[in-house]
Amino acid sequence: MCQEKDKNLTILCRCEDITLDEIREYINQGITDLEQLKRLLRVGMGPCQGRTCTPLLVNEIARATGRPVKDIPLTVFRQPTTAVKLGVLAGGINHE
Amino acid sequence: MRQIEIAIVGGGPAGLAAALNASKLGAQVILIDRNDYLGGQLIKQTHRFFGSKQQRASERGIDIALELANEVMANEKIEVLTEATALGHYEDGVLLVEQAGKIMAIKPERFIVATGGAEKTLLFPNNDLPGVYGAGAVQTLVNVFGVKPGKRVLMVGAGNIGVIVSYQLLQAGVEVAAIIEGAPRIGAYWVHAAKVVRAGVPIYTRHTILRAEGEGEVKRAVIAQLDDNWQPIPGSEKEIEADVICLSVGLTPLTELLWQAGCQMIFVPELGGNVPLRNEQLETSVAGLYVAGDVSGIEEASAAMMEGALAGINAAASLGYTSDTLADDRQNVLDQLAGLRSGPVGEKIRKGLAQCSL
Repeated sequence: MCQEKDKNLTILCRCEDITLDEIREYINQGITDLEQLKRLLRVGMGPCQGRTCTPLLVNEIARATGRPVKDIPLTVFRQPTTAVKLGVLAGGINHE
Repeated sequence: MRQIEIAIVGGGPAGLAAALNASKLGAQVILIDRNDYLGGQLIKQTHRFFGSKQQRASERGIDIALELANEVMANEKIEVLTEATALGHYEDGVLLVEQAGKIMAIKPERFIVATGGAEKTLLFPNNDLPGVYGAGAVQTLVNVFGVKPGKRVLMVGAGNIGVIVSYQLLQAGVEVAAIIEGAPRIGAYWVHAAKVVRAGVPIYTRHTILRAEGEGEVKRAVIAQLDDNWQPIPGSEKEIEADVICLSVGLTPLTELLWQAGCQMIFVPELGGNVPLRNEQLETSVAGLYVAGDVSGIEEASAAMMEGALAGINAAASLGYTSDTLADDRQNVLDQLAGLRSGPVGEKIRKGLAQCSL
């Protein structure tokens, strides 16, 4: 069952179940770098790979720091772009 | 390693048009899409399009998708890979694709990225309650699978998608309690907005959602009016009974392949987020890499088809393919694009595009 404290949550990263309050807590501690937030909270590291939460997260950082959204650095877009089974990768690349 | 003249990622309106136009000039094309069908978002679009005859006005997206997909499938110069996911673009220009549990490496001479966009969402308490949907999901449920998302919907966002999906919900027999819009104006074309208003759906501009309520599922939404600084006005709260809250608050380009390829990017709010710089050929800062459709800036399907055509023509022409009508064909597409983006409706797009030319 849902605890009373778990009610009325605003979810920012739904893959990793991270709330807006949690994010703001970290930002208020001075962690305003997307890369660090990602490493500390796993925000944006779930199945959607940040496609949903990154714009929301960047807005939060921009609001807290007073910097324009365009100046908030994003994290590196590494391959693979989506989840892929290890067995598939282990199968090797078909070079024909 | 698979060698090919042109690889296109994304089989929506832009990718299909790119494939057809490039192959028409003689180029060999591989078209990659992660779905098991071609057509992208077009397959959900049961309404008639606007514009001129050349832009397929009065045709429905779903019919356009079928026609383009059939044409592509029947074209010997186009190899179609469906249920195939582009996993990454690498420094040496190699594209890695997964299909049916196998990975293949493709090295194209030209690369057209037409990956489209992803829906944005909103932050409000209980935004994870079952019953909170993106408009794209609702459109898929209703128009593709014939499944009602619920009985009574609050639509958040009065842009084209929000208003059109509202109308399609009404057609499916779902009640639409209201459409709310943060901006002071309805963003959708008036002909669509007028239809839903005539059907009795109120549109509240300068309104936002404060929270969803319900135990285990959405039962109602609390909305409020916004002041000139987009802050909720105390005392203006209204409860709206609804079991579905449908979010139609814009799209953002799906650009990860472009970042990986090292394209110069710029944040342009008018185009939905980060977009690649590009020249008038739709070629990015990475030579031989072209973009078309929503990935280069959120617009709509007619513009995506035109951009696809342009990218396809230019990519093939850069490989040396030509035809007697090449210059005219290219100019024709450019004229049509300019027409689509003219007038007050295209103002935002024009302002956005002015910021990202190479």
